[in-house]
Amino acid sequence: MKTAYFPGCSLEGTARLDYSKSMLGVCKLLEIDVEEVPDWNCCGATAAHCLDHQASIDLAGRNLKIAGQMSQEDMLVPCPMCYNRLKTAAQVLKGDHKDRYQTELDSSFPAIWDLANFFARDDILEKVKARIKRPLSDLKVVSYYGCMASRPPEMTGSSDYENPQSIDKVISALGGTTINWPYKTDCCGASLILSQPDIVFQLVNKLYEMARRVGAEAIVVSCQMCQANLDMYQCKIEAEWGQQYSLPVYYFTELIALACELPEVGKWLTKHISNPFPLLEELALYPYKIEDPRGRGVKGKNGENMNTEFR
Amino acid sequence: MFKESLQIDFEFIEDLEKIGPFQTGACFQCRKCSNGCPVTFAMDLHPNEVIRMVLLGQRAAVLSCRTIWVCASCETCTTRCPNNIKIAELMDCLKEMSVKEGVPSAIPEILTLHKTFLSSINRYGRVFEGGLLPEYFIRSKQLISKLMTGSWRGDLTLGIKLLIKGRVSLFPKMIKGRSEVRKILSNSKKSKIKS
Ligand code: SF4
Ligand code: SF4
Repeated sequence: MKTAYFPGCSLEGTARLDYSKSMLGVCKLLEIDVEEVPDWNCCGATAAHCLDHQASIDLAGRNLKIAGQMSQEDMLVPCPMCYNRLKTAAQVLKGDHKDRYQTELDSSFPAIWDLANFFARDDILEKVKARIKRPLSDLKVVSYYGCMASRPPEMTGSSDYENPQSIDKVISALGGTTINWPYKTDCCGASLILSQPDIVFQLVNKLYEMARRVGAEAIVVSCQMCQANLDMYQCKIEAEWGQQYSLPVYYFTELIALACELPEVGKWLTKHISNPFPLLEELALYPYKIEDPRGRGVKGKNGENMNTEFR
Repeated sequence: MFKESLQIDFEFIEDLEKIGPFQTGACFQCRKCSNGCPVTFAMDLHPNEVIRMVLLGQRAAVLSCRTIWVCASCETCTTRCPNNIKIAELMDCLKEMSVKEGVPSAIPEILTLHKTFLSSINRYGRVFEGGLLPEYFIRSKQLISKLMTGSWRGDLTLGIKLLIKGRVSLFPKMIKGRSEVRKILSNSKKSKIKS
């Protein structure tokens, strides 16, 4: 199977070594041949649609034009922000006001897929199931989708936008359990982390609290912005609210790799900030030796807050 | 004491709807937008109040409020509005309009972040995260306040962790089509809104 692939800036940046690598690793395992959209540009993200609507459509439009020259039927977009902007541009550039923009979409282009939705397709799930070596039994998680993959449904075409199922389907195919919870699509604050971090801490703390209340041991995501906001500041938020959540934040692609025993999964997981290993060890899901990038052990003395000990 | 009567700028909603349409006029103040909004705690006007004040032609108050900048663009309001009002898109339009009309942003850091982001795209065609953050901290003067308050320590520890883990790229990736990207960004600066 061959697909086009739109990585986006963060999968080339901070999410390169975990999300991007795990996605590519899993695609290789499933014999999905991905070809990067040549010379793609930034989709404009929040900044463009906030300050420059026209550019936000034309930036994404340029990518659609390039993708239109590719022969693949499907295009995988792991970043929900890019996915959202590409879907929006695709709609707007065919809509009533298309003459407001520079881009003319003359040719057709591959179907734009949110990565989690793509993996939740029956044919892909079958491929995954055939390769499972170590089912994730006993792993109890909540799935967290954030905003951009499903909203607004008018643009994304999503029908289960208030209660998405894609990550849940993948996890249960892997033998794990997803616990139902009300905050699947609640916002993590996204780029406000840089300009108004306190707002984000408050939103994320609310998510942690609920995840713990429903009995989840980890959070599974398909968005690198959600992952960063939930993973990077957990220690700080724990200290600020006097709590101890110890909730690892996994990409669903990492969990596929874990269940299929791709040995590289350890390398990807060491890139997290909140320690992803103790839970996996406890559930005997991680058969490899754990090393951090500097070769020192990651275990806290006497098992105290692992987050602070994990470099 | 007499209360000043409300000055209504009738052109405000017309200007906005010409750029949209957002269907602002359909609002019946049910407040579903505000109920689902995750960041009302940091807003001065709730989303339904922004809509109401747009309808009442309160241009200056709306363009200078915190709400339009705090809005996290999560699209919950647009998704749930029973009258299909494009509230999140309207928030974007209000930001863009406030910048064009030279109204100072109620939260300048957010505006600076967006501007820094766009200038990174303008330079390379993609966003160079390794350069974006330092540039943003300098441009938004957060570097100074971080130094003064001592909050730089936490940021530095995280920054170093990310560096050690190899998650910060040190060099930008430039695309070949930079000139096309620049054309897109400069063209829309001229702000030609066709009605
Ligand atoms: S949800 Fe829609 S109709 Fe209800 S108050 Fe908000 S904008 Fe108005
Ligand atoms: S898009 Fe903005 S105003 Fe609407 S619910 Fe989200 S944060 Fe609130």
